[in-house]
Parts: sequence; C-alpha cells; structure tokens
Amino acid sequence: MKSYDVIVIGAGHNGLVAACYLARAGLRVLVLERNDHAGGAAVSRELHPGFTYSNCSYVCSLFRPEIFRTLELPRHGLQIIPFEGSITLTRDGDYIASYSDHDANRREWARFSRRDAEAYDEFRAEMVRQCRFIKPLLMRPPPDPTSFKPRDLRGLWEIGRALWDLGEAQLYDTLRLYTMSCAELLDQYFESDVIKGHKAGSSIIGTALGPYSPGSAYVMLHHYMGEVDGTFSAWGFARGGMGAVSRALVDALAANGGEIRLQADVRDVVVEGEAAVGVALADGEEIRARRVVSNLDVKRTFLGLVDPKLLPAEFVRRVRHFKIRGSSGKLNIALEGLPDFPAIPADCPALTGDMHVTDSMERLERAYDDWKRGRWSQDPYVDMLIPSLIDPTLAPPGKHMMTVFVQYVPPRLASGEWDAASRDAFGQTVIDAIARHSPNFEELIAHVEVRTPRELEAEVGLTEGNIFQGELTLDQLLFNRPVPGYAQYRSPIPGLYMCGSSTHPGGGVMGAPGANAAREVLRDLRRLGRAP
Amino acid sequence: MSAPASRPREVGHEAAPTVADGRYDVAVIGAGHNGLACAATLARSGRRVVVLEAAAQVGGAAVTGEIIPGFRVSRCAHLVDALAPALVRELELERHGLRFAVRGLDTLALAPGAPPLRIAAEAQRAGPALHAQCPADARALPQLLARLERFAGIIATLFDETPPRIGGDNADRLRLARLGWRLRRLGRAELRELLRIVGTNVADLLEEHLESDLLRGALAFDAVLGARLGPRSPNSLFTWLYRLAGRRRAGVGPSVIEGGMGALSEALARAAQARGVEIRTGAAVSAITVSDDRASGVRLASGEHIAARQVVSNADIKRTMHGLLGSAHIDTALVRRIGSVPTRGQTAKLNLALDALPTFAGVDPADMGGRLVIAPGIDYLESAFDHAKYGEYSQAPAMEITIPSLHDATLAPPGRHVLSALVQYAPADLGGGWDAARDAFEARIMATLAACAPDIEAKTLATELLTPLDIEREFLISGGHWHHAELGLERFLMLRPIAGMAQYATPVPGLFLCGADCHPGGGIMGVAGINAARRVLAERLP
Repeated sequence: MKSYDVIVIGAGHNGLVAACYLARAGLRVLVLERNDHAGGAAVSRELHPGFTYSNCSYVCSLFRPEIFRTLELPRHGLQIIPFEGSITLTRDGDYIASYSDHDANRREWARFSRRDAEAYDEFRAEMVRQCRFIKPLLMRPPPDPTSFKPRDLRGLWEIGRALWDLGEAQLYDTLRLYTMSCAELLDQYFESDVIKGHKAGSSIIGTALGPYSPGSAYVMLHHYMGEVDGTFSAWGFARGGMGAVSRALVDALAANGGEIRLQADVRDVVVEGEAAVGVALADGEEIRARRVVSNLDVKRTFLGLVDPKLLPAEFVRRVRHFKIRGSSGKLNIALEGLPDFPAIPADCPALTGDMHVTDSMERLERAYDDWKRGRWSQDPYVDMLIPSLIDPTLAPPGKHMMTVFVQYVPPRLASGEWDAASRDAFGQTVIDAIARHSPNFEELIAHVEVRTPRELEAEVGLTEGNIFQGELTLDQLLFNRPVPGYAQYRSPIPGLYMCGSSTHPGGGVMGAPGANAAREVLRDLRRLGRAP
Repeated sequence: MSAPASRPREVGHEAAPTVADGRYDVAVIGAGHNGLACAATLARSGRRVVVLEAAAQVGGAAVTGEIIPGFRVSRCAHLVDALAPALVRELELERHGLRFAVRGLDTLALAPGAPPLRIAAEAQRAGPALHAQCPADARALPQLLARLERFAGIIATLFDETPPRIGGDNADRLRLARLGWRLRRLGRAELRELLRIVGTNVADLLEEHLESDLLRGALAFDAVLGARLGPRSPNSLFTWLYRLAGRRRAGVGPSVIEGGMGALSEALARAAQARGVEIRTGAAVSAITVSDDRASGVRLASGEHIAARQVVSNADIKRTMHGLLGSAHIDTALVRRIGSVPTRGQTAKLNLALDALPTFAGVDPADMGGRLVIAPGIDYLESAFDHAKYGEYSQAPAMEITIPSLHDATLAPPGRHVLSALVQYAPADLGGGWDAARDAFEARIMATLAACAPDIEAKTLATELLTPLDIEREFLISGGHWHHAELGLERFLMLRPIAGMAQYATPVPGLFLCGADCHPGGGIMGVAGINAARRVLAERLP
C-alpha cells in the first residue's frame, strides 16, 4: 500500500493551495475529494447547455498575489479580468454608480451629495491605511497573546510595532474599526442614505449581522483588502468562471508531483497512539500519511471525522459553539439576452460590475431582521453580475449568464427545513426584486439554479452553508479563529492540521489559510527551508 | 481661533488670591453628580470653584421630584449600583445626609403567566435562589458570574485612572503595561476566554451556559439597559461586564437612596459647599468664552460673564463643544467627529403614583421591594430592540421596576406608593417625534405592566412619563442619553468620548470635560468627575 507524507481532506481552494505548497517542498501529497470535481465552492459547472455557472463563489479579489505568483497560476491557465465599478438601483428609478476613475466617481456621487463626493477621498484613504496594516497579517499565523514562546512574542512585537507605526490618531481609528458597526463608520463620512446603502453591502455579505450591528465594519474591511494586478481593492472575474481557479491549482499540483483522488469520501481520521496517521474512506479503504490536513470547516473536521473522546472536552465545547451561521443564497441564471435596466444608461461602464437594488442601510437591516426570525429576506440584498459581458466563454453568443448572490437566507426556516417548494418561492422573491428594475428580465430567463444554505451544505459541505466557514466576528478572528489556543493551524491531535476558511484569516477565495497551514506542516516536518 | 474681548494675558500667576480680581479658579458647568464631585474634589485641593446650574435645583438627572402632591420619586435614575465608595468616604457624604433606604436588592425576573425567578444580588447566593425552579442554571449561573466578575475586576481597576494615551508619556506607558500585566495574571485559559468573549454578544454567551430563557432575558437586560444594542448585537457582552465592574467596585448590588436620588445630589452639594464651593442654581450657561486661545470663563443666559481660569463642563461633549464653545474654536475634522458621537437615548422613565400596592402575579409580597425586571427572554428583548433601530418605540418594552416607597415611607402618604420604571426601547429619534407619540407609548407601557400586575391601572392615581426628548429638554442632555454617549468597546477608555479627548482635556486650553461621556462613563458613579478634577489639578493655573 502506497503511503504519503501528507493527506489533504477536501479539494477546496485552500486544500489545493496547501497541497501545492507541500508538493513544491518535495513531499508526497494526496488530496482526497468527496465530489466528482475539485474546487469546493470555487467551481464552474454547466447545468444548462452552453452556459457556465460559477455555482458558488463568483468574483475574485482576495486571492493573495503571493500565492498567485509562487504557484505560477497564470502559467497554469488562470486569468483574472478586472471589472469596472458597481451600481445600486434606487427605488425612485434612479441609480448610483461607483467608478474606478476618480473624477467620474466624484461627478456621479455629487448627484446625491456634493459633501459625500468630497468625503469619499478621505474614506478611501482610511480604508487604504487599514488594509496596509492588515495585509502583512494575512500570510502568517496569528501570534497567541497568552503565550510566552519566542515566536509568539516576536509576532506580537511585530504587530505592536505595526500598530505603533500607524501613529496615535490612526491607531485609535484602527481599534474602533474592529469593534464598530458599518453604519457608524459610514455615518462618520457620508450623509446620503443612498450612498450609505450603496457602500454598506459589503459589510453584510456572508455574515449573520446587519449593518447596524457592531462588528460589521470589519466585514466591510475584509472585502476591501483584495487586489487585482496590484490595483487596490479591485475585483475581477476568473476567465471561465471560478472553477478556473481550482483548475489552475489542480494543474499546479500535478506539475509539482501531487496527486488528487475524486469521489474519495473521507469518513474518519485514523488516530494511533494519540497522533493522526491517516484517513479511512467511506468504502473502508485506509490511507496512511505522516500528516493529515483538513480543508473542511472546524465543525465537520472535529465533530465529524474525529472521535470526540480523543479531544479535550473544552476544545469540543468551543467547536460546538463556533459560530457558523448560514445567511446567504445564490441564484445562477441563464438568460436569452441582456436584460434592460431602464435606469442605467446603456453606455455605463459599471454595468459589467456588481449591481444592487438596496438603496439604504435601513433596508439592509430590515433584510437582516427577517433572517433573525427564520425567513428569507422579503426585500433581499442582491449582489448581481453579468460576467458574460466581458467573458464570452460563459454563454453562447448574444446570450448571458447572470450570477446573483443573496443575503439573507437562513439555514433553516422558522416553518421547518428547506424543501423544493420553499426554495422555489425564495428564488421567485429574488427574481421579483430584480424584475422591479428590469421589465424584460423574467421573460429572458432560460434556466435558474437556486441555492439555499441547504444546497450549499449538501453539495459543497459548508456547515449551514456559511460561505466563510465561520462568522467573521471579533470573537472569531485572528488568535480566536477557530478556537483560542488553536489558531496556528494545529489541532489538539498531533499530526492533524486545519487549512480551511475556519482558520485565520478567514473566508473568501483568498488561499491564505491553505498557504499558512502548509507552512506550519513544513515547520513541524523540519522542511521549512524548502518551502517556497 | 477667534479671540473676542482680548485681554492682556496674565503670566506666572500662581493659585491663591482670586477673589480680588473677580475671577474664579474654576467654573463648573452643570451641577450633575459628576459636576458636583468634580467641584468638591477641586475645592479640597484649594481651588476656588463656582458651579453653575441651569435648573432650580442641583443634581441634573439625579433628582427627586413630585408626581402629584405627596408622591415623590427619583425622576430619572432610580437605583445606584456603582457609586464610588471613595466618593462616599472622601466627601463624607453620609455626614452630609446620604442614607441608603435599602442596599443590594435582588432581581425578580417577571413573565406574564409564569412564576418569577429570583436572581440574587450576590453571585454566591445566585445558585440557591434559583435551585427550586431551574436546577441546571442554579449550578451554571454562579460559575458564569464568578468568571465574568473576574473579568469585570480588571475593567474596574481602570475606572479610577485617567485613560492612558497610546503614544503618550512614560506614565501612560506604565498604565498600559500595568493593564497588560493584570490581563496576563488572569492565567492563560481565562485570558483566552476574555479575549474571545469581550467583543461578542450577550445572547450567545447566555444561550451557551443557561437553559431558562426567562433568566437569560433578565440578565441580558442588564447588558443592554441604556444602550442602543440588542442582546444579539456584538459588543453587548462588554456592556454587561461594565455594569458588573461598577457593581463590584461599589461592593454592593442595586440600592435605593432615602429621599430619592435627589438626596444624593443634595449631599454632594453640601459636601462641596462645606469645602467652599459656590453653587448657583438658575444660572444657565449660554456660552464658554475664549480669550487668547484659552477658555476664560462662561457667559450666562442673563448676559453676566463669569471669569474663570479653567472651565470644566459636566454637559455632554456635543453640548459643550458645539453648543457652548462653538465650532469656530475647533477644527473641522474634530467638529465632524464630535457630531458623530452616538447620543440617541433609548430609555424612557415612567413614574406612577399609586393608591395602593399593586399585585404582581406570583410575586410574594415580601419580594415586592426588589428590582423587578420585565424582559422575559432573549427574543422578547431583541424584538423590542428591532423597533428602536428604525425609530419606533417597542410595542412590548422591557422594564426595570422599583417601588421605592416600600423602603422609604417619606415618598408617599401612608398606605400609598410610588412606582418607578426604566423603559426600553424608546429611541430619541422617534419617527414623527415624541410629542405626538407620548400617550400611545404610555399606553403600551401600562399594558405591558398590566400583563404582570393586572390591577395596576386601577390603582394608578397619576403618571409621569419622561421620554428621551423630555430628558433632553429638562436636563439638557443631547439625545436624552443616560450615559451622554453610547458605551461600548468602540467608545471605551482612550476612545471615550472620542480619541484625543479621552483624558478630560479638550483641544482648547483651560477647557475640560467631566460628564458621563468621559471615562469611565455613565451610571451614578461620580468617578468621571473625580478623575477630571485630578486632570484639572495637574495643570498649573495660568
């Protein structure tokens, strides 16, 4: 029987990144994936002939450029196409757009508030400063503030230095940003409800918080810290859909000598003498390895694959109470043609970007209240894009593919579990919300894939369908993620590691947890010198 | 900055004889409990102090008023649970007339149609009090409280200090290092737990540890009382820790003052006067005057100018900096930051004059003197909060009720009673305005009360409702906010009320803040006033 140095459970993007880094260091690596395709939530699938859907994740920005370069992903076929701007359609038939062109943006915003158009520069400068502080923290394990180990003390010292270098005034702003609400942050800069509604969307994506909840300002920052080709906080499409990211990673893994097995459903982590020594598959096969890395979320890993008796009781309790709250849904729509949005001028370049229909923070907050009461938002927040406008590979000529992310959708309804009828009713709510701004939208629909948290959980394996594998709240960030004391990718079981978005720095197609976890495995195997 | 009425600047003038030139050393704006505590502390160190109060009596929102003749009640704040023991001791408040009618009240969590739960004031009694009704929680609650009180203990050690500046001098660094050391001394497991929960919401923690939703609701009420937070809002655990910290420091649970809250203010005023403080009531300040770029005194509504070397304001930051000082004296960025300090009050006050003691279903008559809380469950409280987010009052409000006349016979005629209730949520920014909604809201409150005490309406002789708007108008507090500004992790210690003004000094030399929006914040604590006095004394008189 063949034995490996490392087994990675799950071929999500983080699992693949970890596997690539480990294989590059010369280890024999095997990735085991339950589905018949790799990629986890970063997949492209053709569910309607001629149309390619990015079924789950749909845009790219957070993916760390270090990983992109190290793994030479462009050589393996990955191309990110930046898109322009963002639009919010308003209830009174108008729209507001954001443009990357500074003057265009200023002119546009001044239609709503001259003061806000001016304030935008300050707001953006603040976000740039905050991102500059956080970026160096992304590609390293978070230091443990309760530890006296030299490595942790050094890490803390470096963070302390970085904070200090911000200067006193900026430092106070940073402290506040991690604890305040998005509403309070935006109120500091802007006065127009439309502009605040337009900006607040990124504070709630994937999150069981409303924009009025303290902590939502950080979620907003989380969506700002990406880049495309060095352009700060730009977002782009992966050409060919998000599956292209996974395909490039699979290709890179093969090029480095790693292996991947599909339809290999891991049932257990095999533990002998208190250490992880391999995995057992559903069909009874056992595969051995010196180290096991789980890309699954922390609940699936430790409540599903490991006998809880092997874990400290406090750890199990913390994992049980780790907040993974499903709050998002998704519609993928094949369209016979480009829908009309009468409010938007036909030549508006922001049409290729993300479009929204929620024009105030209050509507976002009310959408959240529905979630709290166990129903999908009756006036949902949608993040809709038509990537086929700039990526012709996604739909037949003249036709289009639309991806619609929806907030908020509860993992279970107050009236019971999700079923086909409630799923369709939810889909119709979203279609109606869009159709209010596009008279011919509904008649152009050729096919719709509706995904509630139930589908995200069943197909991708995300607990409750939470896209970040765990809420991005202060109690679950940095050294608290996923469990205080276990934030450095190791688990209580020697030889078993975590590399999913449940770990620092969290979710979004970022790859940082995978790369960081790989580095810790290599450190323990004393192979760090050979790490890329 | 502009310099109206420029006068030659006096240099090298040390303390002492100030009466001669008609100038006070310090003018304190507002005779709230913090203003009085500040004035008394300053006078103790020899400063010649005048306190200027707009109202006819001292106390600010800590006053006793008459609902109808013969029925007296604390108009706003009605319980003290964080009064600084040092304040009582050093100002000899008991010698000046402070008496407690009762100390350390237990809480009774009420729910319509269910037997009430008793939450003992002290953690060690909490278990036995619950034992009969929820045995699992009787074990879990004392453990949870013991842990939270350890954390609260660390917060409490920060109360008596001027918040350290990051990037300040050696004294600041020493204070930060001391905080770091105290945190480390918690031990690894406890520190981890503190760092995990400090930013979390109170509902998650309570649901993790306790089974009874009635119990959870009443405990969560302590976290959100006075705040624009629901039990599911992140940061709401911190506000609970803060309350526990105040209680721990005071060494006793919620207490009732004999004669109502006004008696505390009067004791403070007498203590201040005994040290030479001059208190002028009915003296509304209309402006802080500035000369040669520093505060030079205050102008009264009557036009009179009172010259002082230093000015300390017990008013909130918005009223002080925007209203009394004027934006012309501070730079634009600061004007904007002060403008965005959240000051939308969420709490109303209902006072009832009662013909006889009402019957709260299931409550033993002997327990009627306790602190009665109506917040039956986390969802009840969260739903009440949901309304406030959109500028609506709660349809089913949460309440903290006391019947102080059970402990203090002077408050009502024999056999009759007064009831005092804090009611949440009543947002200051009510859509359509409070004047139009007051009666409908009062009816909602009475209906909520009647669900627990069916005979209450029949026994009510008179009502008095103070909405946040009334509190703003009567006590001159922006937004009618009980803590002057929201309290939370994002507005705590060196961030309270705003970064850069957390050390009681303002950017205008000679002008200081001492109100509840300064560290350590609201509640009838008096510590902000004492800390501010220390900061004022650290500065040499011009």
